[in-house]
Amino acid sequence: MSALGLALRDSSTMLRRNLLHARRYPSLTLNLLLTPIMLLLLFVYIFGDTMSAGIGGGGPDRSAYIAFVVPGLLLMTIGSTTIGTAVSVSNDMTEGIIARFRTMAIHRGSVLIGHVVGSVLQAVISVVLVGAVGVAIGFRSSGAGVLEWLAAFGLLVLFATALTWVAVGMGLVSPNAEAAGNNAMPLILLPLLSSTFVPLDAMPGWFRPIAEYQPFTPAIETLRGLLLGTGIGHNGWLALAWCLGLAVLGYFWSTSKFNGDPR
Amino acid sequence: MTDLAIAAHGLRKSYGDKTVLDGVDLAVPEGTIFSLLGPNGAGKTTAVKILSTLITADAGVLRVGGHDLATDPQAVRAAIGVTGQFSAVDGLITGEENMLLMADLHHLPRREGRRVAAELLERFDLTDAAKRPASTYSGGMKRRLDIAMTLVGDPRIIFLDEPTTGLDPRARHNMWQIIRELVTGGVTVFLTTQYLEEADELADRIAVLHDGTIAAEGSADELKRLIPGGHVRLRFTDPAAYRHAAATLRGVTPDDEALALRIPSDGSQRDLRSILDRLDAAGIEADELTVHTPDLDDVFFALTGPAGIPDQPKETTR
Repeated sequence: MSALGLALRDSSTMLRRNLLHARRYPSLTLNLLLTPIMLLLLFVYIFGDTMSAGIGGGGPDRSAYIAFVVPGLLLMTIGSTTIGTAVSVSNDMTEGIIARFRTMAIHRGSVLIGHVVGSVLQAVISVVLVGAVGVAIGFRSSGAGVLEWLAAFGLLVLFATALTWVAVGMGLVSPNAEAAGNNAMPLILLPLLSSTFVPLDAMPGWFRPIAEYQPFTPAIETLRGLLLGTGIGHNGWLALAWCLGLAVLGYFWSTSKFNGDPR
Repeated sequence: MTDLAIAAHGLRKSYGDKTVLDGVDLAVPEGTIFSLLGPNGAGKTTAVKILSTLITADAGVLRVGGHDLATDPQAVRAAIGVTGQFSAVDGLITGEENMLLMADLHHLPRREGRRVAAELLERFDLTDAAKRPASTYSGGMKRRLDIAMTLVGDPRIIFLDEPTTGLDPRARHNMWQIIRELVTGGVTVFLTTQYLEEADELADRIAVLHDGTIAAEGSADELKRLIPGGHVRLRFTDPAAYRHAAATLRGVTPDDEALALRIPSDGSQRDLRSILDRLDAAGIEADELTVHTPDLDDVFFALTGPAGIPDQPKETTR
């Protein structure tokens, strides 16, 4: 079998294993879904009036704020599910079966690739579920055609892939599941410090550059632009650069950690 | 060199300034059971981890299955199967799914994979439990599943790191039976254990690992011969009879406190008869006669103990 064929075959075997885990023990994934959904309902139904008034153009009806907040929450959903990735990778590494995999003539990277592809699939499903809640409470895209929807989907998958590789690395360097959960916290804290809930120009001036150039904001602004027809500007390139940068960084970090002698 | 399944020369490994393996040489012929024996912390597991490609050695020329560990670990992996000290099963999925996972990773065709999985589950008495998550298995069942998974790829060389630690006596004897069956198929088994009985029972050759070096190597009998101390022990209850015997017999070591005499002996029938003849001729009647041959415990303590042979070796009553 060619090297590529071996890699594909073993990776798909590992993917099946991870999906089997996820299907049999869905509680972790479902718990992680609760955070973005709760935040969505909280900001729309509890803080909604003030938020709608605050972003301007929002009247007594909250649809403008729903439209504003949903794209950010979709990306936050990805951040949240990748915490699950860090936890399950860390859990997995403490299992004897990983030592067995390391002594088998299989493609080395397949263990991690299985985790990454499985996590990206779970992230996409989670995004669809949170998106469905968004639609149910009144989110509508404006002026998005097929191309925009495809681009939005591509962005979400790319963003999920990037964060997942980083989360895999976090899982690999964490001694246990609790530590992995803590180490991966930034993945759900960063969206709180982005333009998810309030526009950048509503933030204090000293903080604005931090919020503006961290990975989440450009991705959120790009997704807003694609789904709502607002301006994307340089955010598209910035989002792409962040995604590729984090994916490459996370990939090399994770594989170098995994290929070294196990701890 | 070609008929050696495992060959190690000058194997070294240290963690920080702690040297775990300090120049270990091993030679395991194909189709034999080799046992690496040593107390906890002697470096047995480290040796297995290195030879099974799990971790890298600091130094040494190492060949497993004819392949160099440093330059071609993937070829080594294709030849070996490993059952580590801690259960290497996926507890979240069922026993059957674990087996099918192995079949997939060995690139068996689907139908073949199912057949092999079913056969091995049957052979290791796991068919009834096949549909249950492996995490619900008992210790013995997990070990059996572990070995069954190791056998999926039909490995020529099998590493077993303390395969019976933590098993009850019945499960341990089952495991011994399994290991013996493996070798009849021509497989080479590299076994670590801290039980001398186990090494004595199973292994063709035994190496005693102590402080990172091989303290002794050979068959169980060869190792036993290394240690002097075979003797017949006569115990008396009557002090007068004891004193009489001690005064009459020559070449004996008296133990006044226990009222016992030690007569050097290799434990053979001829030697015993001559001792009994001497006793009869002198009219000595001991209350208890025990034959002590050095067993692997003596060898083990002599080679690995800080103070050499313990004062009171274990007695074997014949």
